[in-house]
Amino acid sequence: MIATRDAYGEALAELGAENDQIVALDADLSGSTKTGVFAKKFPTRFFNMGIAEANMVGTAAGLASVGKIPFLSTFAIFAAGRAWEQIRQSVAYPKANVKIVATHGGVTVGEDGGSHQSVEDVAIMRAIPNMTVIVPADGEETKGAIRAAAAYKGPVYVRLGRNKVANVFPAGHVFEIGKGCELAPGTDLTFVTTGLMTAQALIAAEKLKAEGISARVVHIGTIKPLDKELLLQAARETGAIVTAEEHSVIGGLGGAVAELLGEECPTLMKRVGIHDRFGTSGKSEELLKYFGLNAETLVEEGREIVSRKK
Amino acid sequence: MKEKIAELEEKARRLRVAIVKTLHKSQSGHTGGSLSAIDMVSALYFHKMRHNPQEPAWDGRDRFVLSKGHAAPALYVALAECGYFPSEDLMMLRRLGSHLQGHPDSKVTPGVDVCTGSLGQGLSMANGMALGLKLDGKPNRVYAVLGDGELQEGQIWEAAMAAAHYKSDNLCALIDANRLQIDGEVAKVMNVASIADKFRSFGWNVIEIDGHDMAQIVRALDEAEAHKGAPSAIVAATVKGKGVSFFENKAAYHGVTPNDQELPEALKCLGCFD
Repeated sequence: MIATRDAYGEALAELGAENDQIVALDADLSGSTKTGVFAKKFPTRFFNMGIAEANMVGTAAGLASVGKIPFLSTFAIFAAGRAWEQIRQSVAYPKANVKIVATHGGVTVGEDGGSHQSVEDVAIMRAIPNMTVIVPADGEETKGAIRAAAAYKGPVYVRLGRNKVANVFPAGHVFEIGKGCELAPGTDLTFVTTGLMTAQALIAAEKLKAEGISARVVHIGTIKPLDKELLLQAARETGAIVTAEEHSVIGGLGGAVAELLGEECPTLMKRVGIHDRFGTSGKSEELLKYFGLNAETLVEEGREIVSRKK
Repeated sequence: MKEKIAELEEKARRLRVAIVKTLHKSQSGHTGGSLSAIDMVSALYFHKMRHNPQEPAWDGRDRFVLSKGHAAPALYVALAECGYFPSEDLMMLRRLGSHLQGHPDSKVTPGVDVCTGSLGQGLSMANGMALGLKLDGKPNRVYAVLGDGELQEGQIWEAAMAAAHYKSDNLCALIDANRLQIDGEVAKVMNVASIADKFRSFGWNVIEIDGHDMAQIVRALDEAEAHKGAPSAIVAATVKGKGVSFFENKAAYHGVTPNDQELPEALKCLGCFD
């Protein structure tokens, strides 16, 4: 078990040693976002921009314009939320080679409460043309995603979490932008999940198996561009889709899948996520339970959707 | 030097003519702020900046950021005059499919390095360029033209703070202080005075000039380059609509273009009788 932000810190420092064009920026949260690991190894290539996210985004765009590969980090709410229009104008519109790695996405931020819990960032990043949006499931996938983001030429938004999460992928997992992964076979329904909900879906699929329900698990690490083929195949073969994410059901993975299936393969569907609400203070585990972001909810929704098929 | 100044003044006059003709053709765009900035833009493109129109992406070039992106016509006429693209292209400004977008777009226009237009963001990008160039030990300089109304954007001051903090002495901001914005006088809409004092207090080297006096512009650019340890801000007092008497100092001409009746008169003001 490792937090995706810790995996990011390691991966960025590794990449920094391989490619001296990589630079990092942070807005006074380098200890939390783990860009501090890079800063310690490459102090001249690290820019602390202070508590000024809008300027950090523009600065990164300028660095990219002269050939650098900037990784900028802060909490998801301040990256995607605070600096949305700067990301749109200075990064996405010119297709600048800037990597926005936002940590502390979702409600697992915990005690800091609703002000700090971004449940909309995937939706608002996904809406911007030229933007690639990645939400890794675990540490291994994060390392692969950071490597893929560095190799890709253009804007990338990677959403990471605060807490340790269960391992889903084996060590050395190669991440490919735009490719989802079928992690468990199944014929009665498909859990389509991202981020920390993928580990929960694997547990739920096991539990449902004991009840005689065969649940497929498809992990979507790249929310945009979406792996349409894999999703349409799952919809056609299982006839029922339950999405799950630590994000609003509006505009995130659930929204993206609903848009795809609505147009290309109308399928019974249920979105598990945050239902048009803000977060609140509490311990991470308490909040996941409070918002129904766990295997138990997926088991219930899986059972329910299979019963609706008949 | 005197000859050089006279040459630059003539260049600026010709570019004013091009701005007026371009905006008359497009019937959409920002006249006043293009005319107030053009003397500084001319000094940069035809004297100060190292650049190569035959090779827009030349590594040794100085960088230019038009933070007040609505003055795009001023940039486009300078780029065309340099030979980045044919002058005829100017007649396609703001048309569907044109590489001359309403606001600068680095994806489509040769010689444009960043996208601007949403105010307040250019100084951040310019400082990012300056930091990157310094990191590589390159001598290239970065110039950013800002509006005075634009200084109302908070991000400008975030960038001002950062550029001074990182001692970006390869960065020079030129503030086109024409004292007018869409809703009227800057001082009445939201007073940003004193611009010079503000930049000075943020740790910048500040040079105050008349933004239409070519000799002063050229001298200020040299002074800025010579100053080490801090970024420089050239605060230039300008006249919105400069050069066309009936456009001058009128907020109404911020986003209005010359019509058919105004065109011959405007060109006459600029000493153009053809």
